[in-house]
Amino acid sequence: MNTKRPLPRPDEDSEVFWEGCRAEELRMQECSECHTLRFRPRPVCPECLSDQFKWTPVSGKGRVYTFGVVRSGVLPSFREEVPYVLALIDLEEGPRMTSRIVGCEPEAVEIGMSVRVLFEALDDTISLPYFCPQ
Amino acid sequence: MNGTYAIVGVGETPVGKVPEWSKTGLALLAAKRAIEDAGMNHKEIDGVLTSQMGGTFIYSLEVATLLGIQPRYTTVMELGGATSVCMAQQAMAAIDAGLCETVLCIHAQKQQTGPTRPRHTPPVDRGFDEFDRPFGHPGAIAVHAMAAQRHMYEYGTPNVAFGNIAMAMRKHASLNANAQRREPMTLDDYWASRWVVEPFRLLDCCQVSDGAGAFIVTSADRAKDLRKAPIYIAGYGQFHPHRFISDQHADATRLGAHISGPDAFRRAGITPKDIDVAELYDCFTYVVLSELEDYGFCEKGEGAEFVQDGQIEIGGRLPVNTHGGLLSQGHVEGMLHVVEGVRQLRGGEVEPKRQVPGARRALVSGHGGQMSTHGTLILSRDEP
Ligand SMILES: [Zn+2]
Repeated sequence: MNTKRPLPRPDEDSEVFWEGCRAEELRMQECSECHTLRFRPRPVCPECLSDQFKWTPVSGKGRVYTFGVVRSGVLPSFREEVPYVLALIDLEEGPRMTSRIVGCEPEAVEIGMSVRVLFEALDDTISLPYFCPQ
Repeated sequence: MNGTYAIVGVGETPVGKVPEWSKTGLALLAAKRAIEDAGMNHKEIDGVLTSQMGGTFIYSLEVATLLGIQPRYTTVMELGGATSVCMAQQAMAAIDAGLCETVLCIHAQKQQTGPTRPRHTPPVDRGFDEFDRPFGHPGAIAVHAMAAQRHMYEYGTPNVAFGNIAMAMRKHASLNANAQRREPMTLDDYWASRWVVEPFRLLDCCQVSDGAGAFIVTSADRAKDLRKAPIYIAGYGQFHPHRFISDQHADATRLGAHISGPDAFRRAGITPKDIDVAELYDCFTYVVLSELEDYGFCEKGEGAEFVQDGQIEIGGRLPVNTHGGLLSQGHVEGMLHVVEGVRQLRGGEVEPKRQVPGARRALVSGHGGQMSTHGTLILSRDEP
């Protein structure tokens, strides 16, 4: 574990998401009124403004919307990890999230490729959802 | 707006490494130069806008007070790289509403020398930092690199397009005495430049700079009594599509310009072919390409052709960033795009080799965050 690495600090809105990652389950909020799934966590639906929602597990499957290969240690705490692939992942259920593509060479990553979630534990409470080729 | 408004004064400080001036000092120097350029008494200024620029509590009033100004209207604005262009619009709206008569708009930054903040301090906060940075997301460069990658995928845009943009900005900066990077750049230099976040090389990225700029907005009536020819704000628009590019509705291949641009052209009663010079926000090369498309200077997907063969250089079909832009003049967050647009239209205020002959209309853009904010100004020598 790299202790210098910036860690998410779960708050009122996000703690269920991060608890899910710790339990190796990707969870999104589903609006109780219009049933739209959303990510980043928030207490109000951006489609209908309902404040009623439930957390629901999603498949963790998706496609690469786009990506970039970080080849330079722009962030000092990630310098030893370059090169790595940052990507925007469109989940099958709709929401999009920033993540990393692991489990293949950067040169193998393509827009549109199918990926699935996997979790990397960074410490006792935080696991990050990464994605790998499906 | 009911009234007609103009920019009547502009000021610019040295750009690049300016170790002897503090950030607030640079803001004051730019303001002083803009006020002198307008030929005004600074006590006549009754509106002050500043960018947030990492400043302290009620920062716009701190700057006003240090200048000896007690404003009827002041506020801080924070729209990233769109701030300066949007400050001009905020100034017009404030005057139009009767809150004040003359607004001084300032942006300064100190990122090259002097005290600097740490890049990040864990643990991190919500937003960008909670759902992006823990993955090793380095910020703006990765956002724009991913957008460029998507554009390349959808339209077949080649890397050389980005190199052509970088070279054009450098060529213009080489003609600008107040530019941070004036040495020539060839396409070979571009290819040899190291990857930072692929598909971006180091030469796709803007400079890191000290510097400041300022401009003054007032009514067309008031402008007529001042020292320099007024440069009218003939068109304006803003569109802010998302805070995070990871929002599922964000379109990485299109900027807010696709809305703010048509709004600005409609208000000005002109079309893209009427523009003589464009000062386009250029934090990364790709953004210029997308702006050329989203403003309608060419069709979507044809930006790579548009930037070939010197077409965006002085003497080409649409000179872009005649000061060298953020890519080569220096990064003063778009403020100097406004200053340069005004100077080009006044005529005779920049080095003769980088003057667009007879320029009458300029488009100036600002763009901020994760392709989040966008603002447009159409400036004109002729009263609308
Ligand atoms: Zn809903």
